Amino acid sequence: MVLAVALVCVGVLTIYSATYSITEHRASGLAMKQFYWFLFGLAAMITAATLDYHHVDNIAYPIYGVTLVLLAVVYFIGHSGGGSQRWIHLGFFTLQPSELAKLAIVLALTKFLQYDEPAGGYSLRNLWMPFLLVGPLAVLTLIQPDLGTAIIIVVVFFSIILMGGLRVRSFLALAAAGVALMPIAYHFLKPYQRNRIWTFLNPDLDPLGAGYHVIQSKIAVGSGRFLGKGFLNGTQNRLDFLPAQHTDFIFAVFAEEWGFIGCMILLVLYFAFMIAGLRVVARAKDRIGAILAFGVVSMFLWQAVINVAMVTGLLPVVGVPLPLLSYGGSSMVTMMVAVGFLLSVSMRRFTF
Amino acid sequence: MISLSSQKEVPPEFRRRTQLLVALVCLVFVFLFGRLLYLQVLDGERYTYLSENNRIRLKKVPGTRGMVRDRRGQLMVDSRPSFDLLFVPEDSDQPEQTLRSLARYLGRPEEELVKPFKDDKYRSPFDEIVLGRDIDWRSVVVVESHQLDLPGVSLRTRPRRNYLDTGMAAHLIGYLGEIGPRQLKTQKANGYSMGDEIGQAGLERRWEEYLRGQAGGQQVEVDALGRRVRVLHEVEDVPGYNIVLTVDRDVQDAAQEAMKGKEGAIVALDVRSGAVLAMVSAPQFDPNIFARGVTADEWRSYMNDRAHPMNNRAIQGQYPPGSTFKIVLGLAALEEGAVQPDTHLGCAGAFPFGNHVFRDWKKEGHGSVDLRRGIVQSCDVYFYQVGNKLGVDKIAKWARALGLGEKTGISLDDEKSGLIPDSEWKLKRFKQPWFPGETPSIAIGQGYVTVTPLQMAVMMSAVANGGTVYKPWFVKRVESLDGAVMREYGPEQVRTVTFKPGTLDTVRNALADVVASPEGTGGAAKTPLVRIAGKTGTAQVTEMKGATVKSENLAYLVRDHAWFVSYAPAENPEIAVAVIVEHGGHGGSAAAPLAKKVIETYLASQGEIQLPPEKEAGQKLARAPMVDDRAD
Repeated sequence: MVLAVALVCVGVLTIYSATYSITEHRASGLAMKQFYWFLFGLAAMITAATLDYHHVDNIAYPIYGVTLVLLAVVYFIGHSGGGSQRWIHLGFFTLQPSELAKLAIVLALTKFLQYDEPAGGYSLRNLWMPFLLVGPLAVLTLIQPDLGTAIIIVVVFFSIILMGGLRVRSFLALAAAGVALMPIAYHFLKPYQRNRIWTFLNPDLDPLGAGYHVIQSKIAVGSGRFLGKGFLNGTQNRLDFLPAQHTDFIFAVFAEEWGFIGCMILLVLYFAFMIAGLRVVARAKDRIGAILAFGVVSMFLWQAVINVAMVTGLLPVVGVPLPLLSYGGSSMVTMMVAVGFLLSVSMRRFTF
Repeated sequence: MISLSSQKEVPPEFRRRTQLLVALVCLVFVFLFGRLLYLQVLDGERYTYLSENNRIRLKKVPGTRGMVRDRRGQLMVDSRPSFDLLFVPEDSDQPEQTLRSLARYLGRPEEELVKPFKDDKYRSPFDEIVLGRDIDWRSVVVVESHQLDLPGVSLRTRPRRNYLDTGMAAHLIGYLGEIGPRQLKTQKANGYSMGDEIGQAGLERRWEEYLRGQAGGQQVEVDALGRRVRVLHEVEDVPGYNIVLTVDRDVQDAAQEAMKGKEGAIVALDVRSGAVLAMVSAPQFDPNIFARGVTADEWRSYMNDRAHPMNNRAIQGQYPPGSTFKIVLGLAALEEGAVQPDTHLGCAGAFPFGNHVFRDWKKEGHGSVDLRRGIVQSCDVYFYQVGNKLGVDKIAKWARALGLGEKTGISLDDEKSGLIPDSEWKLKRFKQPWFPGETPSIAIGQGYVTVTPLQMAVMMSAVANGGTVYKPWFVKRVESLDGAVMREYGPEQVRTVTFKPGTLDTVRNALADVVASPEGTGGAAKTPLVRIAGKTGTAQVTEMKGATVKSENLAYLVRDHAWFVSYAPAENPEIAVAVIVEHGGHGGSAAAPLAKKVIETYLASQGEIQLPPEKEAGQKLARAPMVDDRAD
């Protein structure tokens, strides 16, 4: 699984280049900071990789508990930014516990699903426990509000329990119920989130307001054309037309500067990573390893796909970072640790 | 619970699920790949264009509009530098505080300055707020000297249109205004954009393309907040061309002075070319108000004014010509052989025709009248009979030949054509034949006949110059900044009417006698300086239909319009002047002195006569013979 490390390194190089371009007159030092986070994440990854993944059985619930507490803390004393309350100040850095929540749910589910599934798969009644686990996490992130992370938590959750053996019939019943509940959920969305859904359906509704993100991001991506405008030459990015350019919309920056060719290379890297991850799943020595590896892969897959789809205007704007590229220490370290777990599973497939 | 023995082997179905997943992942990535291909390769050009649009702003500097001079080079309109007071709130830490101190320095109420800042919610950051346009010199000094206390406050210099004398030929020159949404649609191709000024009437509108000049500009690269990053490209602005009019500033001034406080119009033409020497419509408006941006209140007051100051009465006012129409009758009668110069017709003060009695303005009658006396004394009964002999269609033929009943074609907007009725028109308009009983009214310029003051001046010019009807024009040439002639205009003949020998002489002599003879109705125009020929007229307005008149104004509003049409010098004509004073009463007393004044001023400006000192002229006017009550 040296491939995974190489991929992460290439990923970090792209972060570096993309974040560097905006540092000229703004947010200077962010790229450096991200690089430090990468080093820290690398250490965490190696730690996680060397750790026998069977210990997940022991650490899953403690991590889950800590995450839950942190989310509750955020709810009460968190630091606000961009219209929501997501961060905790911890002296020299701020922590975003919702990033941690993604990993926590993967670990907790791995622990729960490590045993053989019942004949014919799990029914919903067998799974009351995981639902109980995911509920508080999803709700706490949703009320921050961080719709993007909440969505990731929920889709990762369903991906894992499906993989873990949820009956297809049960899943369909659940999906049907979910669709039926959608109007009610809409009722609870914040006005700006509702606007985003509407503007996704028709971005020209409010080009300077709610539709601004998508329009500017599409302009950035599209104007990159085949070869891109070149490193540090992205006008959309450099002149601040792009929103959240170093976090959620980093792909637009990348696309503007490196063009179609660059995007293809990046997508191929992610694709290779997914396929490699799935190979780990298929070759894992035991069930716990497979579930854990799959959890990590699904976390990556969903975030990457939703992010790119959002930036290119295929999905409504929800705050989902591009794994390993978007700026953010919590996200970086969480993802690196996740990769660490993947490596751990991969490395231990021959040992008994 | 901690025991590795609880670990289970990977179930075989995991492999199947993984394969399914690989396929799914492939599908999703192919989908993303397709999206990127569409955005970046297939549709990339459009987005490149959009990103350029995002990035580059054009900052326009309007070109300085060309100057307007009179025929002798005297300045009438120029553009002067003016200062606008601007404020960029982002440049100040405490915008409101800054505005309050600015208000204190300027001695203006604080709220007046703070309000636009508070109200302007949709301003994009770094956009300037215009606190005042064309502020006075004192304010400029105050702002300059307190610059340090006023962060964010700045002055912008802008050329502003300056009409030198309030209302100087306002109707001829027109005015400027901000381009409207509908104009913008049609003018976009010519490089106009929101907020630009454009000629809205008169010369400013018709000669817009010459006067305008070229806007310069800067292509500025900006960031998302609109802050300028750097200037990419710069184009110098080019001033517009200057225009030289045929108008004489002195004559125009005199005409305006004469019309002060009155309603009506004066048109003075050069009879040898049809060039406009002066054109006044009173009351006037002040084009300077439009130059600095007209307020809604000012506009409303102009539009609601009963006297309609925005109307150009010289080309839009359609009045019955009254007795001035007798000139046309006289010419027509001689040409058609209806009367000879020495044909005498009786006037007993009234003319019974059919079951109606047409009265003369002089109850006791004029006795035996020939054409000369008919014109000199303005005998109605004589012309009732002449009219009857001619018939309405022949009257119309000659009136139209002399330019009445049709637009003169002057380069001004919304000119009216007036109306010269004939039997064909009556049939079309009322589906009725022409009744002979209607002709006598036409013969003395009442009934359906209407004319504009400009038409009357054109007609008088034709009489004076031997029958040539010119299209009136007022722009002599267009010059570039260094004086090179870009375009030159000259006289344009509409038609030449050929008269039998003697016809014109007879009528001209009569017209000269109107002023010169002691029994003439135009004695008020008499001056020792020059021989003036002319004809008085009184247009009845009691028939004014549809006009709702308040009772307190009634006395004024039912008073007749006073006409005087003239040319001078009588023996070798140069200038033709048509004057109408609305509700002025009698042409002889109300309009004739104004025409005299204009003619005198013109000849003096030509150096042909010397004007006596002002006081003496006034005394002359007072001594001028006053004629009978309804003299016209």
